[in-house]
Amino acid sequence: MKNPFVMGCGEFHVNYKQDMAIWKISRVRVRVMIMVALLAIFPLIASDYIVGLATLCGIAAIGAIGLNILTGFTGQISIGVGAFLGVGGYTSAILTAKLGLSFWIAMPTAGIITAVVGGLFGLPSLRLKGLYLAIATLAAQVIILFVISRWDTLTGGTAGMVLSRPEIGSFVFNSETSYYYLMFVILVITTIFTLNLFRSRVGRAFIAVRDRDIAAEVMGIDLFKYKVLAFIVSSFFVGVAGALLGHYTMVVSPELYSITVSIEYLAIILVGGLGSVFGSIYGAVFITLLPVFLRTGVELLSGVFPDLSNVLNGMKEVVFGLVIILFLIYEPEGLAKIWKNIKDYFKLWPFSY
Amino acid sequence: MGILEINDVTLRFGGVVALDKVSYEVKKGEIFSLIGPNGAGKTSMLNCISGLYKPSSGSVCFNGEEITHFKPHKRAALGIARAFQNIELFPHLSVLDNLMLGRHVRMKTGILSGGLYWGKAQKEEVLHRQKVEEVIDFLEIEHIRDTPVGRLAYGLQKRVEVGRALALEPEILLLDEPMAGMNSEEKEDMARYIIDIHEEMETTIILIEHDMGVVMDLSDHIAVLDFGKLIGYGTPYEIQNNQKVIDAYLGVENVG
Repeated sequence: MKNPFVMGCGEFHVNYKQDMAIWKISRVRVRVMIMVALLAIFPLIASDYIVGLATLCGIAAIGAIGLNILTGFTGQISIGVGAFLGVGGYTSAILTAKLGLSFWIAMPTAGIITAVVGGLFGLPSLRLKGLYLAIATLAAQVIILFVISRWDTLTGGTAGMVLSRPEIGSFVFNSETSYYYLMFVILVITTIFTLNLFRSRVGRAFIAVRDRDIAAEVMGIDLFKYKVLAFIVSSFFVGVAGALLGHYTMVVSPELYSITVSIEYLAIILVGGLGSVFGSIYGAVFITLLPVFLRTGVELLSGVFPDLSNVLNGMKEVVFGLVIILFLIYEPEGLAKIWKNIKDYFKLWPFSY
Repeated sequence: MGILEINDVTLRFGGVVALDKVSYEVKKGEIFSLIGPNGAGKTSMLNCISGLYKPSSGSVCFNGEEITHFKPHKRAALGIARAFQNIELFPHLSVLDNLMLGRHVRMKTGILSGGLYWGKAQKEEVLHRQKVEEVIDFLEIEHIRDTPVGRLAYGLQKRVEVGRALALEPEILLLDEPMAGMNSEEKEDMARYIIDIHEEMETTIILIEHDMGVVMDLSDHIAVLDFGKLIGYGTPYEIQNNQKVIDAYLGVENVG
């Protein structure tokens, strides 16, 4: 019988296909399967409130994976994510509410339109790097929001638009659980697509552009093409996330896509781990749930110290900021790295040398 | 006709003339060395060949085709590969991925087939992995293939850098001081690899190196640059007896 207290050692792959798999060891594959299965059955047991939170986490994760493709993997800082989410949400709103198209056409189209807009604002990336590019994408944020809030006839201006939940035949995704599954399927597809991307040619080129752009160019990578491509792929997923979010909250309006949202997404990939697909998911869960936990904590404390409730409310923001600063100082590679460290520790446990 | 022809290449940065009407040709299948004192313009010359600098005037021809205005990535596709003087590897990628990236121009997978992976992209990855493994065997870096390059020792990084250029299956290989900062044993190894690359893969090699022993032993032809001017061209024997080169760079051994 296999001894349950020792880890198997040695990975024997007999062909390159096995060696290039995403999850190389059967034990890991089983663990991933169990995780996916748990996530798939959990809305059946959990309350609507929790499933709703999970849906928000998942949608944020899709957008964060998109942003991570651009910022984490290709090294192009973008602070226009909020606006790109808006482009996705508004495209889907206009297509479904004004043109009467179905959600199943509107959502991919929202992705494509956002990709085109993202590609356009990615054009300066050939000449601009780092902070300068960040400012250029900030322009995207401002311009897009300006257009959205002023183009009254198309977008409804500052009043926003109302969306409906998607439907298949006579089934409408009205319940929290059904929308969770919709989000879950898209999140799984996004994750697998991105994982595949970064073990094949284009993904490697993205990382090369991030690490050493000059060497990348001499090795045959067209910098301009790949930088714009990164903007396009990234914006596609952000657009899809925007459409999903719009149909979930059933409302789009300019103030939902402000620069605060952009910064929140940057915080997600920083806390989760730059250049890590799963990090984006961990980060999305963390940043989405942190305010919820803080609020619950403040409510509990306010019960004990009613006089302090105002102070405690203010402290919420402070704690939020503090957490991000602590991450930057103690684990710049984020939650993904922390999780990896834990796994590495137990790989050699109990003799860690 | 040579595989690479440099005609009257001049490179100016404002008032500084980095290269001044340099002309020479590299014959197919030879080891060609560029030597000269520091700041003579050797690396600038290499940058003109690989496309990072555009010559102010003059032309660069590869296999009879003028490539002076080609972008660097297009030149890579033609088969010009380069290893840099200061290591320019991708530190977060493993040795294997660095080498796979070297094959970028030989592969075709696009963004969609890459993301879907199973099928076309996987087949291509496996096919090119075989080529990369050949390079890994050749350079004897099997034991580090999964290590991120940033964690490797300097000498090994230099070898991986040569490997990445080799993975491209280049027609012409530009090596910018592949032995800088190495001890004599590592230098010997590297020299042996260069000879093997030259003999087994029949690759044309352009070498910049300061170790005269290595240069004189390996090269078929040598060009000498000084302050951007070509002051000597010929076989190692001719160069050793060229008075201008001796004055500018080689020097004389003072006896007594």
